[in-house]
Amino acid sequence: MIPTPEVAAGTIRRGLAITVVALLGVLAVYLLAQGYTPIEARQGLAQKIFYVHAPSAWACLLAFSLTGVTGGLYLWLRDPRLDLFGESSAEVGLIFGVIVLTTGPIWGKPIWGTWWTWDARLTLTLFLFFLFVGYMALRSAIADPSERARFSAVVGIMGMILVPFVHLSVYFFRTLHPQPVLLKPSAPSMDPQMLRTLLVSIGVFTVLYFGFVTTRYGIALLREARGSADGD
Amino acid sequence: MTETLRLALELAAKDLRVELRSRTALVSAVVFAALVLVIFNFARDPASVSARTLAPSVLWVTFTFAAMLTFNRAFALEKENQAIDGLLLSPMPRGALFLGKYFANLGFVATVQAVTLPLFVLFFNVGLGRALPGILLVIVLATAGFVAVGTVFSAMAVRTRFADLMLPILLLPFLVPPIIGAVQVTTRLLAGRPLSEQISWLRFLGVYDIVFLTLCAMLFPAIFDE
Amino acid sequence: MTPPPDATDDVPHLQAEGVERRFGAARVLRGINLTARAGELHVIAGPNGAGKTTFLRILAGLSRPSAGRVRVFGHSLRDRPDLRRELGLLSHQSFLYDDLTPRENLVFAGRLYGLAAVEQAAEAALEAVGLSHRMHDPVRRLSRGMVQRVAIARALLHRPRIMLFDEPFTGLDAPSALRVLEVLRTQLAAGAALVLVTHNLAEVWSIATRISVLVRGTWAIDEERPADREAFMDRLHGALGD
Repeated sequence: MIPTPEVAAGTIRRGLAITVVALLGVLAVYLLAQGYTPIEARQGLAQKIFYVHAPSAWACLLAFSLTGVTGGLYLWLRDPRLDLFGESSAEVGLIFGVIVLTTGPIWGKPIWGTWWTWDARLTLTLFLFFLFVGYMALRSAIADPSERARFSAVVGIMGMILVPFVHLSVYFFRTLHPQPVLLKPSAPSMDPQMLRTLLVSIGVFTVLYFGFVTTRYGIALLREARGSADGD
Repeated sequence: MTETLRLALELAAKDLRVELRSRTALVSAVVFAALVLVIFNFARDPASVSARTLAPSVLWVTFTFAAMLTFNRAFALEKENQAIDGLLLSPMPRGALFLGKYFANLGFVATVQAVTLPLFVLFFNVGLGRALPGILLVIVLATAGFVAVGTVFSAMAVRTRFADLMLPILLLPFLVPPIIGAVQVTTRLLAGRPLSEQISWLRFLGVYDIVFLTLCAMLFPAIFDE
Repeated sequence: MTPPPDATDDVPHLQAEGVERRFGAARVLRGINLTARAGELHVIAGPNGAGKTTFLRILAGLSRPSAGRVRVFGHSLRDRPDLRRELGLLSHQSFLYDDLTPRENLVFAGRLYGLAAVEQAAEAALEAVGLSHRMHDPVRRLSRGMVQRVAIARALLHRPRIMLFDEPFTGLDAPSALRVLEVLRTQLAAGAALVLVTHNLAEVWSIATRISVLVRGTWAIDEERPADREAFMDRLHGALGD
């Protein structure tokens, strides 16, 4: 089931190619954000970070869901490649999570005067971040690959099911205690150009996610393939 | 099904018997809870924050953190002399192992709560009065779910070197929805609001319990399926 | 409760076919077979790290093989978990709870196996290993030899027809080692199928039916116990020297 080093290297090359395409897409989004989209009336230039902030949150959630799903598939099929993919997705998700958690405050400070708001997206991403960290911490503490894969799968699935509960409870929490923020951090009202750019950005970040994950997955495969060559 | 239940109860009874001999986990958790209550009393400026405002949060943080202390006991016990292999070798279904440990954990957590609640009333001068049945209900609903998650995570955590650090890292995110619900309901009940007004939160807690109990029961066997 | 299957000559007590086990990329077991019938003692020897304990755990149903299968009286434990009743394991670990007494430990084990008249069975088992006088003392307070006797009583309590032994002689003094040999002899006489993992072949040479040597995941030697012990030992050292 563990492929050869050649297949692994091929996966890495493919991943890098996808990443390069996606990075070109990111450049395109940057240009669109600079020239094409209007400056938001109340928030000014700082609002443009939204085109990175929101799609990163989406990519983080996507990464997390795929970690959970591949974990479930692993428990069913016991294919170690599913575990490697889950691990790769978690690491990539962690990166996107960090992007969200840093762009959020950078955006927030000039506009609302606070570094942190407990808005739905930021809070959820914070949770995903902690769940990822727990996932990686558990993995690093277990030597046996089969045990590591099973345990990671359990944590991944439990985390995936937790997400809607966190979202709901935070939503109820906020509805009962409305933030004194007149601007809507989560979903600013959008002009058609803003919406289009946002959608393009979401698409680009999705491709970027797949680029990163494929590359990272390829690296994991290569590591396993090399280890197998030594072991046998 | 009844066989599973019977074996689960045997296992829980065995855990209880062992704990009553040594009493380490239980006493530690109770003392911890009492100390946390004391610290919270001093960890505020009495002029600006009244004890009553903080009370529900203090109660629930104390409950959940003290409960977390008791979870690792369940599977750490089975490490001595590899007793876990004795259990896994037997015809006992994995589901019975989960249920048995879950019941044992519930028992220990309930004991800790039973001691902590009166202390809380005492230290924070909170009159439970007519709110008591409601408070008990929300305690049951908020506890049932996260004890299941704690049971599953502790089974994994004890296989790592730093079990006592690993468990909170994994478990704390899962405590947030029940804590939010529990504190909301507790605050209102203590303020004299009727239980009937809290239905949506109680339902939320109930759904959390059902979903996670089921999920934990389904995923638990994978932990021991080498 | 399903009655235990009849052990006919056709259906071996325990059978492993093509068992493989991978840890990540490394293959610890590479397709090994074993057949154990009534009254047979299979000894598995080999260097440390060869996979002996891994194989035994798979036979015991504690691990699942990456490939191949294990059958107890012709059935897989996955399909018939009740057949775990037929398996016993004696290891250098006792599986006992130190804070409980021998009697409490055995009663608990008996209940796990669904035995009838559990208390009487537990007391009889402790009597058989000569520990009736200490059965109400916590295991923590017993000497190592006594703990071993309780462990033996626990392993045999449910009268398994297949007994597995995982390096049972490790760290034992002479009287304790003799006790284990006694268990092996009586179980063989009672018609159980035994599989024993050891790195000290000499201890059990005289009662072994079949000797298999596991080297790097496969059988380097796998045959009935030959008459010429010296020659075999030479071959054994040759196989281990590779």
